[in-house]
Amino acid sequence: MPIHSTTSKVMGHPLNAWYVAAWDHEVTRTPIARTIADRPLALYRTEDGRPVALADACWHRLAPLSMGKTVGKEDIQCPYHGIRYNAAGRCTSMPAQETINPSATVPSFPIVERYRYAWVWLGDPLLADPDTIPDMHQMSDDDWAGDGELIHAPCNYQLVLDNLMDLTHEEFVHSSSIGQDELSESEFITTHTDTTVTVTRWMLNIEAPPFWLKNMRDRFPGFEGRVDRWQIIHFEAPSTICIDVGVAKAGTGAPEGDRSQGVNGYVMNTISPETPRSCHYFWSFQRNYRLESQLITTQLRNGVHGVFGEDEAMLKAQQAAIDANPDYEFYSLNIDAGGMWVRKLIERRLEAEGRLSPSPLVEV
Amino acid sequence: MATAHTAFWQSATVVENTALTSAIRRIVVAPSRPVPADPGSHVDVLVTIGAEAVVRSYSIVDSASDGSSLAISVFASETSRGGATAMHALTAGDRIELTQPLQDFPLRIGAPSYLLLAGGIGITAIAGMARTLAARAVPYRLVYCGRRRDQMAYLDQLTTEHGARLDVHIGDEGTSVDVPELVSTVQPGTELYMCGPIRLMDAVRRAWTERELPASDLRFETFGNSGWHQPEPFRVRIPALGIETSVSASSTLLEALEDVGVDALNDCRRGECGLCEARVLGLHGVIDHRDVFYSERQRDAGSRICVCVSRVRGDGRSIPTITLELS
Ligand code: FES
Ligand code: FES
Ligand SMILES: [Fe+2]
Repeated sequence: MPIHSTTSKVMGHPLNAWYVAAWDHEVTRTPIARTIADRPLALYRTEDGRPVALADACWHRLAPLSMGKTVGKEDIQCPYHGIRYNAAGRCTSMPAQETINPSATVPSFPIVERYRYAWVWLGDPLLADPDTIPDMHQMSDDDWAGDGELIHAPCNYQLVLDNLMDLTHEEFVHSSSIGQDELSESEFITTHTDTTVTVTRWMLNIEAPPFWLKNMRDRFPGFEGRVDRWQIIHFEAPSTICIDVGVAKAGTGAPEGDRSQGVNGYVMNTISPETPRSCHYFWSFQRNYRLESQLITTQLRNGVHGVFGEDEAMLKAQQAAIDANPDYEFYSLNIDAGGMWVRKLIERRLEAEGRLSPSPLVEV
Repeated sequence: MATAHTAFWQSATVVENTALTSAIRRIVVAPSRPVPADPGSHVDVLVTIGAEAVVRSYSIVDSASDGSSLAISVFASETSRGGATAMHALTAGDRIELTQPLQDFPLRIGAPSYLLLAGGIGITAIAGMARTLAARAVPYRLVYCGRRRDQMAYLDQLTTEHGARLDVHIGDEGTSVDVPELVSTVQPGTELYMCGPIRLMDAVRRAWTERELPASDLRFETFGNSGWHQPEPFRVRIPALGIETSVSASSTLLEALEDVGVDALNDCRRGECGLCEARVLGLHGVIDHRDVFYSERQRDAGSRICVCVSRVRGDGRSIPTITLELS
């Protein structure tokens, strides 16, 4: 008899949650297809700029509406036989007849733009409260600047959460940019609430790794010397992680709250499950210095792009190894405390929705 | 939000069967494979009439949150087709076959306000929507029309649940609903959900169109079993097939054709899709159009008929007869 690990390898996703479906600029008058939480969606914008999320299958013969076009103020037209639907998913025209079949509708999902993302709600629409969208204000506030991308990651979304909740992997995966020995040597503190998990790590009086040395010199030209470095990882259920990162001149009071002699960035991550084995990983790197410099924005985005490319390769290989070894379990290390709290919070939500395993979705 | 269109058949045990009025019974069943039922959903039930099994659709009036029990309500008039009578005869412990909840009449959340309109037994499709809206403090009004107070199912319960949000209109108390006036109170953006006799729904659709409110905000469901007139027997002829047969008051034209072996195309069997359309070659009598597929113009033309629901009635001159050509 195998001893069962309690750590599920293919995590289900809560449905009563806001997930980012797209960057705001991806949603246009030309519909796009995107699957979020196993639900294929057609995303587009009305003439007056409202985003719309409809199920991506026409009521008639299930042709994908995302291949259709927008017509009129808010309608989308099926590419196959021309049925039109409004933003609420109601049929507004059946070209080949004078009336409209009353059952002709496609599901329409709540969608809200905030923090430069378009967030959708695929669960009980009665519970869709935009006030529960995770706080990512550094994405859009005036005192922050930055940009990011979308990674289509071929792994369960929880593997990305694990990756971000424990940054000791930087020493091994990102050795040329942000990794350093002190990461796995320094202590960290994990705290949590009902909806959040925070992991805090300070590395005092260390050499700045290349990525951070460059950032310091952007702000303090010619900077040399040691730094105090911080990583404060904020998780907000079910799948948003904002990481407060930075370095300051060593001994200038950053741990006590005075960051004036340093550079501060926020790595804004939010991960939307796509299928049990893939996810959409939205990230951006925001900074609060040299806001005027588009050059720095682009350099940082390109730099993080390279770093996250290293993660993507690891996550892809990890998912492949998980699938290739179905009879092996996950074991945990002390460094997994943050990631394990994240699991717990997600599992509580799944349980509240009556969807904690055995979920048919997670079968191979 | 489940919008199930695929029928998964299962068995269920009848838990109770109680009279709500002299013609309406409430039947509660415990399905073998329960799933939660959204407001507006219905079940298809296999009903045995004599040696024959037919499918009838009934709205789910209320249900346990996990779907482990479902209540439907069945109206049987003197002219009812045999299905209702068979349903009324069920007793606790009986087994029936039915589908998991099907959804063709979803309540969309997000409208600024709602008007819910039920006529007679149509309340069975509307009651669950009203309860959902009431629980969320969304602005709504529930209008319930009937001919006689003692024939209006769930009236007391609805009064308790909805208080001042409920308007009751009763024909023989002289408070019949004034449809144009009702529709004139609708604010743009309001969604109207209705289920009831075809006369009521036709009147609402006409007033809605006249006010130029968006057709997509008018939601309705019909099970295709009510008409402008009482059903009466008539004859049908299909020269191309050499067929002539009669349609009893309690069966549909489509069923009568199927009984004599005609393989007639059909899909929804409730007057929505138009697939069962036949061309009218000759007519003694008047067509009682019971579908929602044709526009008024097309109905008036009288050259086509949806055989799944529509009928013929006499004009007092000769035996009502319709001559058809099928696709
Ligand atoms: S599949 Fe969309 S109109 Fe036919
Ligand atoms: S079968 Fe659909 S209208 Fe008759
Ligand atoms: Fe990484």
